[in-house]
Amino acid sequence: MHLSLIDGLIVGLYLVVVLAVGWLASRRTKDGNEFFLAGRSIPAWVCGLAFLSANLGAQEVIGMGASGAKYGIATAHFYWLGAIPAMVFIGVFMMPFYYGSKARSGPEYLRMRFDEKTRGFNAFSFAAMTVIGSGVSMYAMAKLIQAMHVLDQPFAAMHLPQAWIFHAAVLGSALFVLAYIWLGGLRGAIYNEVLQFFLIIAGFAPLAWLAMRNVGGWEGITTSLDASYTHVWQGMSSPDTNRLGVDTFGLVMGLGFVLSFGYWCTDFLVVQRAMAANSMSAARRTPLIAASFKMLIPFVVIIPGLAAMALTTSAMKDPAYTGQPTAAHAASGVIPIKMDAATGRPMLDSAGKPQLDYDLATPSLLLATFPTGMLGLGLTALMASFMAGMAGNVTAFNTVWTYDIYQAYIRKDASDGHYLTMGRIATAGGILLSVGAAYLASQFNNIMDLIQLICAFVNAPVFATFLLGMFWKRATGHGAFIGLVSGTTAAALHHGLTLPQGSFPGIKGGWMANLHLYPSEMGQNFWTAIWAFSICFGLTVAISLVTKARREDELVGLVFSLTPKIDDPPTTWLKSPVVLGVIVLAVTLVLNIIFR
Amino acid sequence: MDVRFPIGILFTGIGVLLIAAGLTTAPEELKLASTGFNLNLVWGAVMLVFGGGSILLALRAKR
Repeated sequence: MHLSLIDGLIVGLYLVVVLAVGWLASRRTKDGNEFFLAGRSIPAWVCGLAFLSANLGAQEVIGMGASGAKYGIATAHFYWLGAIPAMVFIGVFMMPFYYGSKARSGPEYLRMRFDEKTRGFNAFSFAAMTVIGSGVSMYAMAKLIQAMHVLDQPFAAMHLPQAWIFHAAVLGSALFVLAYIWLGGLRGAIYNEVLQFFLIIAGFAPLAWLAMRNVGGWEGITTSLDASYTHVWQGMSSPDTNRLGVDTFGLVMGLGFVLSFGYWCTDFLVVQRAMAANSMSAARRTPLIAASFKMLIPFVVIIPGLAAMALTTSAMKDPAYTGQPTAAHAASGVIPIKMDAATGRPMLDSAGKPQLDYDLATPSLLLATFPTGMLGLGLTALMASFMAGMAGNVTAFNTVWTYDIYQAYIRKDASDGHYLTMGRIATAGGILLSVGAAYLASQFNNIMDLIQLICAFVNAPVFATFLLGMFWKRATGHGAFIGLVSGTTAAALHHGLTLPQGSFPGIKGGWMANLHLYPSEMGQNFWTAIWAFSICFGLTVAISLVTKARREDELVGLVFSLTPKIDDPPTTWLKSPVVLGVIVLAVTLVLNIIFR
Repeated sequence: MDVRFPIGILFTGIGVLLIAAGLTTAPEELKLASTGFNLNLVWGAVMLVFGGGSILLALRAKR
């Protein structure tokens, strides 16, 4: 990839504006409330876009393009089934307790509702998850910069070894994110996330549109690819008749309920954005505003992958295609073959056919389609998505570390200024740990599977804990803690006893014994989540019934049935969370029907 | 701080740079085979309008 001066100027302009936003936000960041919660003063639309953007990391933009090429439009299940309903649920039902309880973090709500040990367990597992999350994001970005040869020329011009590109990408991005969070705290991160959201759309929307036009629109896609690529629900009755390798129950219960609600309704990374809102009504609308954009994101991130697959399928029919794309193929955006780094030969699947490198579907298309100038914008969009994803993890980490670990277990009664300083040190510490995680990730080629797994281990059981905590006043601290620990153990047991087809025992599962073979990793992951949730739910209920419940007056503002309606009346009907939620769900239903 | 200011400044800048790229890039490097038109000019104009609009909204709110 050859970057011209104008491409460089676009990237440079972005970096300057990002730092300027951090600096402007720093002028209001004088205390802990400002640094960790942005003073609870951010308008709903800004929180909504940040809520969406914090989740729209580089893995998402590249990964969803890759999945679009591999699994087809069924990837949209991660949005229309695996996100929207949960985002509506948290906005309408759960946000009053997160925002109304005045808890400063997800784990802190668990302490207020249950007890210290439940908070501690969640705080430590969540902190570990954020560090791994931002490390993997950093690793993915550095690998992409290497694969796209973005810095090859500048490094050659400065006589620096090409092997340093990875280190430079990791350290450079770490320093940028550190700078704007150190200065502006959550406010700096949220403002930049809004900027990053618009950049991601500005960079990828024209790519999706051009790719779609070049393959002859949706009609072109349906003629070049078979029906399994172009339907979201067709063939879902059995794992053998759809590309995802999952059954309807596993899909709806595992992805649509446990994993989706576990992530969107409990993960402090996203919930923190809503907690920064300037009113209860704004906090409730935050996930709903995010959802109204989220349902359209598949058209920006999945479509390029799907179009690249259509191009590749047509190229494969060309007699000139020998397994390795020709220059003409590459110029049209065909997905390259996956090469074995050790031997330099194409990697073959079990049928002896060369495997496609799906992760390069979107980047290859970008390089083929965009001229100088737009290329700079596309690269900036990728960098923005990476920084947004990483900053989301880092701001969640510094809050949970400072309030739920440091203040809870290390120094209880220090001044606000002390915790503000600790928050800044935790930001640097969290980023340093992420750099470590990024290098760890480069040692294991399966780290992406690990992060999926950690989600099933951490988010799935804790969703049962939050759900029972908010909607069942009888749930007790002992019940919640034992349920949570058992749910996490159940996830480990299920993973250790089952294996996806074609995998070896180890990080993919089956490290204890192999009692069940799943048709796909996705199927196994959904069921790990289902088990973790069900065991946590069942045991929390059972233990709660035999332990002493808390007095009802202590639970006001924390539990649904004991909390008076505190909603401030919306000024217009469109500002009502319920109306907004119904509209979002209706449009999502229509999308599911159109692409059924 | 109104976040529409930095958004406006960033996108106005990107718009100007893309239009400059559109005017200075040789036609054979515009990848016309896959775009069909001068993408830099068109998208640069869109970015300029978005950036300008964002600044105008921020200014109107300030008054």
